[in-house]
Amino acid sequence: MNNGAIVSLIDVGKTYRTGEMEVLAVRGVSLEIKRGEFVALMGASGSGKSTLMNILGCLDRPTTGHYLLDGADVSGLDRDQLADIRNRKIGFVFQNFNLLPRTSARENVELPLVYSAQRLTNAELRERADRVLASVGLAGREDHHPSQLSGGQQQRVAIARALINEPEVLLADEPTGNLDSRTSVEIMAIFQQLNERGITVIMVTHEPDIAAYAKRNVMMRDGVILDDHVVPRRLNATAQLQNGRTRPQGAPNEESPSIRDPNENCTNV
Amino acid sequence: MRSVLTALGIIIGVGAVIAMVGIGNGAKAQVEAQIASLGQNVILIFSGSTTSSGIRTGWGGAGTLKIEDAEAIRREVPGVIGVSEEVVSTTQVAAGNQNWFTRIYGESADYFDIRQWPLDDGAPFTAQDVRSANKVCVIGRTTATQIYGNENPIGQILRIKEVPFTITGVLMPKGLSTQGVDQDDIVIMPYTSAMKRVIGGTTLRNINVQIGDPQQLEAAQQQIISLLRQRHNIRPGRDDDFTVRNQQEIAQAATATSRVMTLLLGAIAGVSLVVGGIGIMNIMLVSVTERTREIGVRMAVGAHGSDILTQFLIEAVTLSSVGGLIGIVCGIGASKILSAYANWPTLISISSIAIAFLFSAAVGIFFGFYPARKAAALDPIEALRYE
Repeated sequence: MNNGAIVSLIDVGKTYRTGEMEVLAVRGVSLEIKRGEFVALMGASGSGKSTLMNILGCLDRPTTGHYLLDGADVSGLDRDQLADIRNRKIGFVFQNFNLLPRTSARENVELPLVYSAQRLTNAELRERADRVLASVGLAGREDHHPSQLSGGQQQRVAIARALINEPEVLLADEPTGNLDSRTSVEIMAIFQQLNERGITVIMVTHEPDIAAYAKRNVMMRDGVILDDHVVPRRLNATAQLQNGRTRPQGAPNEESPSIRDPNENCTNV
Repeated sequence: MRSVLTALGIIIGVGAVIAMVGIGNGAKAQVEAQIASLGQNVILIFSGSTTSSGIRTGWGGAGTLKIEDAEAIRREVPGVIGVSEEVVSTTQVAAGNQNWFTRIYGESADYFDIRQWPLDDGAPFTAQDVRSANKVCVIGRTTATQIYGNENPIGQILRIKEVPFTITGVLMPKGLSTQGVDQDDIVIMPYTSAMKRVIGGTTLRNINVQIGDPQQLEAAQQQIISLLRQRHNIRPGRDDDFTVRNQQEIAQAATATSRVMTLLLGAIAGVSLVVGGIGIMNIMLVSVTERTREIGVRMAVGAHGSDILTQFLIEAVTLSSVGGLIGIVCGIGASKILSAYANWPTLISISSIAIAFLFSAAVGIFFGFYPARKAAALDPIEALRYE
């Protein structure tokens, strides 16, 4: 399958037009990400990393160049086709969680399935949502509303939502930006475990300690890739949590998330 | 809370439409009932003629209709089944120590059939009474109550202009006329007696003619006109000195009036529906702005523009339909209260309920469309970044 590359950017550029001014946010970026990678996309604000993230997430189209996602060129697709690609192949995790308020965790997780081409019964929706929620350690909190959950729990609901359609790529935009350091490590533990299960993770961050949990770091500046290297001394979030080596902040009693394959419960159901 | 306030616009709008159309239809039904109470297939011939400017050539003393005219109609016009010569006056009537100012109608014995006005009690005067100008009369319910209270007036003596009349019957109550006149405030006597003993004069105010077959109504009307022109020696080209109207013309004029009233009331109520619709549009626009992030999330996880459009349209239509349903209940309630306390007749038709409901749903679609399209056209990146 295209020599293992899930994402190929070929000379991708993006120009924004604000009145008379033309702003080149991304200028000719070529990047290949293989299936099963865990990439941290880094850079200061204005470096073009958010624009690149939007293109990778099929929220935006490149002005020039080509974007092959899972071997298919998606640079020329229209709004609705991009929406279908997002629904099937990409899971989003945002800095501010972006859960629907006054809506239960389960219904938040079900949301992508509502817009999916596959038609599921309410019972199937519910069963799948509950299984994914359990896999991120939120069993028993299916009926809680976002306002009743801590920041870490809300982000885990968001991760469950991103996973429900079994995407090829998990895109995370500053996933730990609104979380304390211990909760950040918990979220990183989930990402690492998901990655070990074979999910490609692309994460935007500006914190080097968070980027150290990834396998590969890509640095951007002024719309071009400045540096692209494999992380030499990769941190293991799960091990850190077990050793208690994180700075104790926030709620110390928050349970350590144990990630399980959402399919392992299948046989029991 | 905000939704309730928004729906209130639709509630008031739909309620107003239901109540107003109910009042209008009620008034129309009442007018139709009153028109029917004038009698079926009746031609009215008035003395004097109205010109287009509405000036009449004369009436009362200058009357042009004679008793002989009525007899000629009875004799010569085919299809006529009843003729009543009519004279009218108002005067003081008295019995015992009670007196009352009322209307005196002189009529023939056919009158009760022509007007389809049966007696509640007693008997009408007869053709023999008319021929002999007997001092007998029947009275309406109002007159009976005013003079005799709870006593039975039949057989009692009623003094009219100091002439004693024997009451032979009391008429069935008819209620108010289209002009709001109490039709039961009346004394009816043979026209011969009225002309000789009460009113004086030799001319009739009008002649009521009843035709047996409605098909013959037009023909009979034309024959009456030519007969009277001939009898009154009116040369061709000159105006009639009398006016002929038939029941249908009067009914059409009256129902046209009430239809205009219904339309007017409905239009005013419709304006409040439109205002309610604008309220919905406003709240939906606010809602789209407030939920920009939610729209962004939905789009990010794969919602098409059409999904967002449908979602907001359904919300708008739900809002307006629920408002519409409550409005229907309120409108029916308001109509019932109006007819119970203000004594206005109301008539709520299923069609007006259905139209009001469909219209409220349509208002939701119409005024919800712009905000929904605005939501659907949002850029997911902008929407996700919206604070």
